[in-house]
Amino acid sequence: MINKKLDRKADIQILDGNHAAALGAKLSRVQVIAAYPITPQSPVTESLSEFVEGGDLHAEYIAVESEHSAMAVCTSASLVGARTFTATSSHGLAYMHEMLHWVAGTRLPVVLACVNRAIGAPWNVQNDQQDSISQRDTGWIQIYARNNQEILDSVIQAYKIAESVYVPVMVCYDGYILSHTEMPVDVPSQGDVDRFLPPYKPHAILDPANPRNYNLVTLANPRVNADGILCHGYMEIRYLLQEALQKSRETIINVGQEFGKLFARSYANMFWEDRLDDAEIVIVAMGSLAMEATVAVDMLREEGHRVGVLSLRVFRPFPKDYLIEALSKARLIVVFDKNISYGSEGATCSEIKSALYGNRINAVIRNFIVGLGGRDVKAREIADAVRKSLPSLEEGGPNIEYPEWICHM
Amino acid sequence: MVLNLEPISVERDLLAPGHRLCAGCAETIVVRQILHAVGEPVIVASSTGCLEVATSPYPYTSWRVPWIHSAFENAASTISGVETMYRALVKRGKIEDKGLKFVVFAGDGATYDIGLQFISGAMERGHRFLYVCLNNEAYMNTGIQRSSATPFGAWTTTSPVGKETPGKTQHRKDITAIFAAHNIPFVAQAAPHAWRDLMSKAKKAIAADGPSFINVIVPCQRGWRYAPGDTIELSRLAVDTCVWSLYEVVDGEWRLNYYPNPKKPVTDWLKSQGRFQHLLKPENKHVVDILQAEVDRQWTKLLERCKVS
Repeated sequence: MINKKLDRKADIQILDGNHAAALGAKLSRVQVIAAYPITPQSPVTESLSEFVEGGDLHAEYIAVESEHSAMAVCTSASLVGARTFTATSSHGLAYMHEMLHWVAGTRLPVVLACVNRAIGAPWNVQNDQQDSISQRDTGWIQIYARNNQEILDSVIQAYKIAESVYVPVMVCYDGYILSHTEMPVDVPSQGDVDRFLPPYKPHAILDPANPRNYNLVTLANPRVNADGILCHGYMEIRYLLQEALQKSRETIINVGQEFGKLFARSYANMFWEDRLDDAEIVIVAMGSLAMEATVAVDMLREEGHRVGVLSLRVFRPFPKDYLIEALSKARLIVVFDKNISYGSEGATCSEIKSALYGNRINAVIRNFIVGLGGRDVKAREIADAVRKSLPSLEEGGPNIEYPEWICHM
Repeated sequence: MVLNLEPISVERDLLAPGHRLCAGCAETIVVRQILHAVGEPVIVASSTGCLEVATSPYPYTSWRVPWIHSAFENAASTISGVETMYRALVKRGKIEDKGLKFVVFAGDGATYDIGLQFISGAMERGHRFLYVCLNNEAYMNTGIQRSSATPFGAWTTTSPVGKETPGKTQHRKDITAIFAAHNIPFVAQAAPHAWRDLMSKAKKAIAADGPSFINVIVPCQRGWRYAPGDTIELSRLAVDTCVWSLYEVVDGEWRLNYYPNPKKPVTDWLKSQGRFQHLLKPENKHVVDILQAEVDRQWTKLLERCKVS
């Protein structure tokens, strides 16, 4: 599809995921970057500091002494009206945890690139999604990329989403599998990105001419102010954050559609579908794993199984209602998780189960924990797990409540 | 530096009355002195603590200046972001340079303990801001727990006095010297009774081309156990007994600002507060001796640094 609005023909560059993320931030004209190096995110910070040093990006790069400070600086710079960016991984994200809550609670449109990596112990620097999944309740929107094109596109869209709903956005992508793997990426022109993403107009600002105060002690109950106006209590403010995330689904879709119109790559839904039309078996996965799953579908289709992939692009807000139609024909749903909520199951599996509740979809759901700490997940293994689950399709077949692990246990 | 009390007395306080700090609390005295010295336009960041909690009960606030609180440990990082963005806006000609100033107020827990890394990072990066430690020598906001600013022998709820221990068994750390070792342009210690000294230090600090740090002792009637009316007297006594010394380090040069004459014994200090009462018992005399020896050692070291004989 050729879009006449495009500045010029496609500019295909061979980029790894980290450079795609850095380029996304640069094209978004970020004004303050505060970051701390961690494997495998470090090349993002290196690229950005080179952009700034080389005069290609007019931003302030603050080489902070920790991830905690990176997010504190993003918080306060955002409160002065800056478009801010940071990137981290794993323990860095865990160290930021406290500030993730603060940013969302202060309703600041900060964007963070999370290069998904396992968390110790045992010590490991390889990929899984335990780090970002562990932050799901901090009030951030979470987007997962399947490839490097999606990383770049998602960072640009993230600002538009965040600045529309005043909720911070985390763009997550798999460490090494994407961060250090080069792929062709269609890089939009600055002019086109500027058309899509106008400069940030802050809703709150620290300004001596209008001395507002931020993050005051807020009690549980509403209180009357000096003008006799009843002001929110803690719960009302928290309710508004939930409401913002609930309503952000529409914004995410609209922004994705608008992006599609301008760049001819549509992000019109919160999940990707591959051969779901006639599928009675649906594989659910998130991130690069979903790409691997499409190869497994090729294998299984050859064997005559009607299989498709539902790839979650947005994990928070969870696209509950939007999933129902895509899953309505499913009789067996096989969910692959690169994370585990210990004592329960994979996080996306729980979400899928919750989404189906009360929607008259009577599919059996099987959950496989895969790829922790960088364990390779082969398409063959995904296909094997689906084959292993096939008896659940039979009348009276097994309905296994707890997740199975693809490992030597 | 000439400071005249009269114009200051009629100037508007940037921290309004009606806050919820205890009667006799030295914190607001110090904050008002410093904000009078610094003047507007100013942006203030506070770490979590007594001052923050007692001045910002939403939907009310005592701050007449833009003010931000973002967590306990990271007020220095928070002001870094504000300062960086404002400097960038001025540099790019987006706003007029009105000489905006940046000040942090934080307690000793936030400064000596949980925030040390954050302050150190911000000082090393060279942001232009004044960091004020309101040092009441313990975690008063959470109920008088010991910090690394708590002096040897002091009672707190986590350095209790019992059969085994006579209060805190460690000496406090010398955080002012630690920040001086960051080679920033201005570092000082001050006390609220010496208001002229304190305010001129705040003026020097805010004029410095880089980070600055002032460590101010703030007597706390609840935590130190004394009558609320004695706050200023205690501030004076701390300096006269040399448990708290007034000095400044300007571009690496140490200067003593006050030499007590006579230098009073540390027992005068101990007698004045409930938190030290157990030390006055004969069986704890050895603890007092250790404390006096440490005060003397630190005082001698300071005189050497300041080249005072």
